[in-house]
Amino acid sequence: MRDRLHPMLHSEENPRTPEAPPPFPAQYLKAYRFMLLARVLDDKIASLGRAGKIHGGVFLGRGQEALSAALGMALRPGDIFAPLIRDGAGRLAFGEPLLDAVRTCLGSALGPMRGRDGNVHRGRPKKGLLPMISHLGAMISVVNGALMARRFNHVEGVVGAACVGDGGTSTGAFHEALNQAAVEHLPLVLVVANNQYAYSTPTRRQFACKDLSDRAIGYGATPHKADGTDLEDCLRVLSTAVAQARAGGGPQLVVASLLRLCGHGEHDDAHYVDAKLKESALGRDCLQVAEERLLREGWADSEALLALRQEVTREVEAAAATAQREPAPDPFKEDWCALSSRHLREIFEAPIPSIPA
Amino acid sequence: MSITYLEAIREAQAKALADDPRVFIYGQDVGEFGGAFKATKRLAQEFPGRVLDAPISEDAIVGAAIGAAIEGMRPIIEMQYADFSTPGFNQIINQAATLFWRTRVPCPITIRMPSGGLAGGGPFHSQCLEGLYAHYPGLIVMTPATVEDAYSMLLEAVAIDDPVIFCEHKHLYYHLKAPALPTDAMPVGKARVARAGRDLTIVTYSAMLHEALAAAEEIALEGEEIEVVDLRSIKPLDTDTVVASVARTGRLLCVGEAFPWGGVTAEVIARVATEGFGLLDAPPQRLNAKDTPIPYHPDLWSVHRPNANSIGAAARNLLRM
Ligand SMILES: Cc1ncc(C[n+]2csc(CCOP(=O)(O)OP(=O)(O)O)c2C)c(N)n1
Ligand SMILES: [Mg+2]
Repeated sequence: MRDRLHPMLHSEENPRTPEAPPPFPAQYLKAYRFMLLARVLDDKIASLGRAGKIHGGVFLGRGQEALSAALGMALRPGDIFAPLIRDGAGRLAFGEPLLDAVRTCLGSALGPMRGRDGNVHRGRPKKGLLPMISHLGAMISVVNGALMARRFNHVEGVVGAACVGDGGTSTGAFHEALNQAAVEHLPLVLVVANNQYAYSTPTRRQFACKDLSDRAIGYGATPHKADGTDLEDCLRVLSTAVAQARAGGGPQLVVASLLRLCGHGEHDDAHYVDAKLKESALGRDCLQVAEERLLREGWADSEALLALRQEVTREVEAAAATAQREPAPDPFKEDWCALSSRHLREIFEAPIPSIPA
Repeated sequence: MSITYLEAIREAQAKALADDPRVFIYGQDVGEFGGAFKATKRLAQEFPGRVLDAPISEDAIVGAAIGAAIEGMRPIIEMQYADFSTPGFNQIINQAATLFWRTRVPCPITIRMPSGGLAGGGPFHSQCLEGLYAHYPGLIVMTPATVEDAYSMLLEAVAIDDPVIFCEHKHLYYHLKAPALPTDAMPVGKARVARAGRDLTIVTYSAMLHEALAAAEEIALEGEEIEVVDLRSIKPLDTDTVVASVARTGRLLCVGEAFPWGGVTAEVIARVATEGFGLLDAPPQRLNAKDTPIPYHPDLWSVHRPNANSIGAAARNLLRM
């Protein structure tokens, strides 16, 4: 597929001055690849879900890949990232191995969560990738704390990003954390994916302000708005917001508008989504928009895109096949202890020796 | 015709709305959508303006319910999952629970908490918080185990002048069916002997009742008869019925799905030890979930909480003591 790409895209073979950013089309194509990978991964996870191979809920990020990938790409190793349910693309761009996703969804004992937690509740705290808890808004202050620790330790130039949905902005946790970040002048980038719904609840039942980004002023954060359906806009806005935070500009609130192009989870047919919204510009599929742009600009031709899709599909299939062959956690070998201070562990004597049933 | 535990909860709310204009329902996605579990299905359409979608603001949801209750309303709050009541914990335990005691103004709110485990729920969609709420003075905590109780106790929860934490079990939503809605009800605060026996008493509640009954049936084949007591509400806790049962059997096993430290099973044993020590022929025993967060993988989850097998093993062991 290399040959079919616009020559400008061979950035490695086109060395420029080391500090110069890669050319825009290369960024765009790189982001597109993360988006596509996330989409193909989501499709695979959905199909594993339909086949009954996934325990519990199946949650996808369809329609939010541009925003998420743009954020992941704006961050660098050493940064802190707390993604949420629909951030498959951002996770990949930040460097989360594809296998982490599949293993966690399938509950593999070899995954980062060892079958103890599932689906989108995964991460690698020591790599700056914070594992979300379900309680919305709860991750933002944790990012703040990680940033404060970096400051205590004189580590500079770090950015922390947290993602939240339109619904998550209604939590007390969101308010407390954004205020905290502003008071501490932390390099926090708080990204709100306003996908118009929180489960079935439309934004008009969630908040009454004209624009969520207006809230930034009240907290003392810098507002940014992005069109979440347009990769170029997302790349521009997210790189600006991250750069400003990195340069000492304090917390940045990015609000991106888009539409959730799937149910809340795969169990949900999303019949309540307004048909007018689906037909509006908000309802555009960011992946398709990006694809059309690539073709229109001549940054890739359709054969190249097809080849890319095949390549990405092979990667996803390989990861899924690997994870499916892996063992489930074994309750007999499971270490049933929630403390790291093992000597402080209490044993609650069961009336029978604790033999798993 | 049959009715599920979930439908009974829906019907009780429909009746409460129809019978009492002071009742309204407030919670995330409870409106036109009918709730994450469909416990409020079509209620928004049938009772326009009285079934309101809430923002994702549990603290404010409970706080507003308390304010409305002060003004004479009788709100029913749906937490999307019991686990998500924790951002509203402060309002529940410090505001709702203390209001009457401080001011003599009652706080008649009902907070519905979809509780307990389903395979694949993981650490944040499976919790049983009844013991936590029961700890606080000023709250009533109901844990219905049957379709009939789900219906009649929810109606009673709405009628009661105090804040009620209504722990409805998600596993029972679809699994449990009854031929029809009940026409009469046991009073809240009374436990029920769900199965008579003479050799050992299992005290339990909510979904664990059905695991305990299954274990008792199996052990009956071995010639020993287990009495199973369903607490129905854990606060107030019907010590009399429990002690009377232990008086008949001499052996006590308490089973709960919540975490092992403290909680309902410890409370029951403490009461029996205090009030009926001489009735016991063997040390009272208890069986709870393990002392770790609730695991996601079904193979881990099914061992993390008690089930018919582990209850049966514990009962057999106690019978031999
Ligand atoms: C504190 C809290 N309350 C309720 C829930 C249940 N819940 C899970 S996702 C969700 C909707 C989230 O909507 P939004 O924040 O807009 O994110 P989206 O799903 O649209 O990406 C709700 C209510 C939760 N996870 N946390
Ligand atoms: Mg949303």
